[in-house]
Amino acid sequence: MLVPLSWLREYVDIDVPVDEFAERMVMSGSNIETVKNYAEGVSGLVVGRVVSAERIDGSDHLNVCKVDVGAASEDGEPLQIVCGADNVRRPGILVVVALPGAVLPGDFKIKKTKLFGTKSCGMICSAQELGFEEKAVSVEMRDGIWILPSDFEVGSDAVKAIGLDETVIDFEITPNRPDCLSITGIAREAAAVFGKKLREHKGEHKEPSLLCSSGAASDYVDVVVEKADLCPRYVARVCTDIKIEASPFWMQTRLMFAGVRPISNIVDITNYVMLECGHPIHAFDIRQVEGGMIVVDTAKDGEVFTTLDGKERELSGDMLLINDKAKPVAIAGVMGGLNSGIVDDTETIIVEAANFNADSIRLTSKRLGLRSEASLRFEKGVSPELSESAADRVCALAAETGAGAVVSGSVDRYPGKRETAPIIVRVDRMNAVLGTAIAAKEMTDILRRLDMDAELSPDGKTISVVPPHVRVDLKDEIDFSEEIARIYGYDELGVTLHRDDAEATASSGWRLRSLVRTALTGVGYSEIQTYSFVSPKGVDKIMLPQGSSGRRFVRLINPLGEENSVMRTVLLPNLLDVLSGNFSRGAARARLFEIGNTFRDACGELPEERLSLSIGFYGGGDFYDLKGVVEILLAKLGIRGARYVLDADTGSWHPGRCARVDLPGAGAPGNSSHDTEGSSPGTLGVSGSDGESAQGNHIIGYMGEVHSDALQNYDIDVPVFAAELDFEMLAGKADMAREYVPLRRYPAATRDIALLADEDVTVYDIEVVARSNGGGLLEDITLFDVYRGEQIAAGKKSLAFNLVYRADDRTLTDGEVGKVHERILEEIAKKTGAVLREV
Amino acid sequence: MDRRPEQILDEAKDLLAEAKTEQDFETARIRYLGKNGEVTALLKSMGAVPAEERKEFGKAANAVKQEIGELISGGKAALAQSLRASKLMSERIDVTEPGAELPFGTLHPITQTIDEISRIFMGLGYSITEGPEVETVFNNFDALNAAPNHPSRDLTDTFYITEDTLLRTQTSPVQIRTLTSSEPPIKVISPGRCFRADTPDSTHSPMFHQVEGLLVDEGVTMADLKGTLDAFAKRMFGEDARTKFRPHFFPFTEPSAEMDMSCFVCGGKGCRVCKGSGWIEILGCGMVHPNVLKVGGLDTERYTGFAFGMGVERIAMLKHGIGDIRLFYENDIRFIEQFA
Repeated sequence: MLVPLSWLREYVDIDVPVDEFAERMVMSGSNIETVKNYAEGVSGLVVGRVVSAERIDGSDHLNVCKVDVGAASEDGEPLQIVCGADNVRRPGILVVVALPGAVLPGDFKIKKTKLFGTKSCGMICSAQELGFEEKAVSVEMRDGIWILPSDFEVGSDAVKAIGLDETVIDFEITPNRPDCLSITGIAREAAAVFGKKLREHKGEHKEPSLLCSSGAASDYVDVVVEKADLCPRYVARVCTDIKIEASPFWMQTRLMFAGVRPISNIVDITNYVMLECGHPIHAFDIRQVEGGMIVVDTAKDGEVFTTLDGKERELSGDMLLINDKAKPVAIAGVMGGLNSGIVDDTETIIVEAANFNADSIRLTSKRLGLRSEASLRFEKGVSPELSESAADRVCALAAETGAGAVVSGSVDRYPGKRETAPIIVRVDRMNAVLGTAIAAKEMTDILRRLDMDAELSPDGKTISVVPPHVRVDLKDEIDFSEEIARIYGYDELGVTLHRDDAEATASSGWRLRSLVRTALTGVGYSEIQTYSFVSPKGVDKIMLPQGSSGRRFVRLINPLGEENSVMRTVLLPNLLDVLSGNFSRGAARARLFEIGNTFRDACGELPEERLSLSIGFYGGGDFYDLKGVVEILLAKLGIRGARYVLDADTGSWHPGRCARVDLPGAGAPGNSSHDTEGSSPGTLGVSGSDGESAQGNHIIGYMGEVHSDALQNYDIDVPVFAAELDFEMLAGKADMAREYVPLRRYPAATRDIALLADEDVTVYDIEVVARSNGGGLLEDITLFDVYRGEQIAAGKKSLAFNLVYRADDRTLTDGEVGKVHERILEEIAKKTGAVLREV
Repeated sequence: MDRRPEQILDEAKDLLAEAKTEQDFETARIRYLGKNGEVTALLKSMGAVPAEERKEFGKAANAVKQEIGELISGGKAALAQSLRASKLMSERIDVTEPGAELPFGTLHPITQTIDEISRIFMGLGYSITEGPEVETVFNNFDALNAAPNHPSRDLTDTFYITEDTLLRTQTSPVQIRTLTSSEPPIKVISPGRCFRADTPDSTHSPMFHQVEGLLVDEGVTMADLKGTLDAFAKRMFGEDARTKFRPHFFPFTEPSAEMDMSCFVCGGKGCRVCKGSGWIEILGCGMVHPNVLKVGGLDTERYTGFAFGMGVERIAMLKHGIGDIRLFYENDIRFIEQFA
């Protein structure tokens, strides 16, 4: 809301500097975006008269002008100024001349110069060059120079003549304060803040000197409100003897400072009154209102109506129209019709100051995609109490400015009139909320400063308040706590801490996320954060099998684009997107992870949100580097007994280099006591088979080398290793208890062996046999080398293990170790076919 | 007796002064102290010395033997010392060469900022609670006292899943979840993702993070709100941070406020970061509207409370001087690793 200070001063005295005014308005709740003075930094402007203006030979738009600037000319002669505007070629017009040495807004300095070979001593200015926005300049002058009224004094200071020394404050109006979308609304605030009196326009129309026309309004117009719920009030007044011309210069500049384009006197007056009091006004040419009859009623479904802007609009049955006897003439509160607006030869007008239902206007304007200054105000709420004085103010201004004569009386239909009941405000309640000890009398005074009727009860405990009718935001007792606090001053409230004995806690999920993040950054992985909404194509790019639950999306009704149209079901596509981005930017390596929600349609009202963990890298390393990371992660979470099972059917991973990570099912070792969280079967979307593997194990996730076809979809031509793990499952299985195991005191005996095994025999197979035959003495078995090559037959591999034997109560003898070791070797050979390799 | 012990000693001293290698010392030892050495010979010749001089002579000869012995062992030790020293010097390295590249990961700056905010509020006794990203219209708007026609409900502002569910536009619905599931005293913060239908540009992101805060108890006042958030600002941005509260409007608080903080770059003098004002808008807050407390079934006469919400990206951008919000979601490792 652009508020010219001179306009505001008509309603309230402001006797502090602008800076202080702005600061105190902000601190009392009227936030300010900008403060601008149009004369600041501007100098050297005078009023000039164009004596002659002729097109320069050979130029398609430049004119050489002689401009009389009176005493402002050094030698008393008219200045020669080259000007490119078309509307300058009207000798005799008065214009704004920037003399050589003048400074315009934006520190634009004017110098003597030559244009198209012609000397130019200064510049003839447009309104935009003086700092006005294009949308606030009349159409005639928008594309040319600003033509001033003919009674200005040639040679005089143009800043003074125009009134350019104007400060315009742009207030940010919150949606609860539609009353402040007006000069008087802001003035009411200023009056309260600075303890001044508010001066409102009331009743000028009743002065007989303004009533120059005969008859009464009801002789000209009748109003029928068919839909009282959508039109609580309709006030119509009539002006005759209208002469359509430009409005007075002072009104034009006020509108321009307020960001509204001057058009013609009647339209300008309706806009002026709307800005002044916040009530939208519409004016009809009475010739187009058949039978002088205004009927407020809803449209017929599918009815087509052409609005003032020349566009055809298809209406629906719940949209409110202003009709005459036979046809619609306006979409109520939104925009007038092309058929009934003010035209050059309009002589008699109906002034409509009507009130319309906010929701109805909002829906209509939204569905038509048509917003106007009027609809913006109506949809936020306008008080019907304003209608009469708004109509009166239009008539008064029409008479005062000579735009027309006013017909006495009005037609006022007010079916929605409501009695305003006072609201009871308890002094103690206010102080309890604010933490203050404001005296009842001071509170009452504050409310009165805000233009409210406030009556303190004899016992001093309650205040009976009737707020001004424009304050549609004040409904409940609590609403007055802010009124009192903001005038009392938020700065004046105490600064205390509430005393309580609350203890801070965080869910185990929160703590485990933190722990996992620490573990992963510790091994060199950096965290990423990616959008929760993704493209549905991601699952195609990672080649997720058809029928996988990861393809059952939660979809947005109104996404920004296909790229963000579904909620992610897996993190892998986002991870690959980010790896791809870094790869294409030339990063030699990237090690990344993300913990984030995935979304799945569920039976309830809301989708299931499930935390997932993605880990991935490119640039050095292989499957076992990734597995090392997963192993560290599981160790940190106290999860033991994970099995890595080759899974060739995931789609996303290399069929020979992908492990499904399983945890033993219920009852098996490794289960923990934290099963309450995320104990439902996993729903990791990265495979066709979700949740539980065939053996009844829980699937934690998948890891491995990403399928090269998938990588092609992401334009990555180096191997990428990635894992996606069900974070809820991890959290559910996490066991953070750490029980001390006594350090072993007796020495260990170690044996290194190399086994010749078929390629199909896994390390896990051999370890299982070894452990189950260890007779309580095998402490550990660790693979330390794998060899394939010339020394070995094709289809075979050599696996070198280190076995550690130890007892808790004695030093083992060679004989004891040898017996167990032999048995292990025999069993391995029997179960897996792997035999000691002769070296 | 052709030579006196003193003579031999002087000669030996000269010789040893010249000794540079282990071998030089060995040669000297053999020459003087060896089986046929000069000092050995001297001692052997004792018999030829007249009896009255013998005692004196023996003493002198033994002193010479001892001194030469000490000179040799001392010289050898010094030589070994200097050899060790020069060996160590020969092992010197270029300490300006870069350190080894050890694995070192970085948390995303958004996570770091949320962690920092959370730590501060946990220190003030606030527990962490979280809510879903997909929310009901009821929790996100209706229960938060938002007018049925509030523009933020529009399809142009809010992402909808169905008519009744949406991507939450704020973390405030967690207020409703907490109020309906627990009893006062309620003292929680809730970090999380939020969504608004904004086309991405340098200051807008369709996905962003907020941290919500809620305190509901008997006797909670607006002064408590000011005190709490002032304490937060000082811990987050330094003890010099000053705060001021401006009236504002949120449907779910009354009174409502926005908190500004003195610019931590210029200290309030005015600079580019604070656009010359000396103040930076940090968060929105207010006293919980009784209509919201009622959703939780609370006695609004007995309980009051305050709530606040802050944009995590905004705080991270201010703190780190980041000029474009989109950087957070591009996940360029060069960006993320700056926040190690």
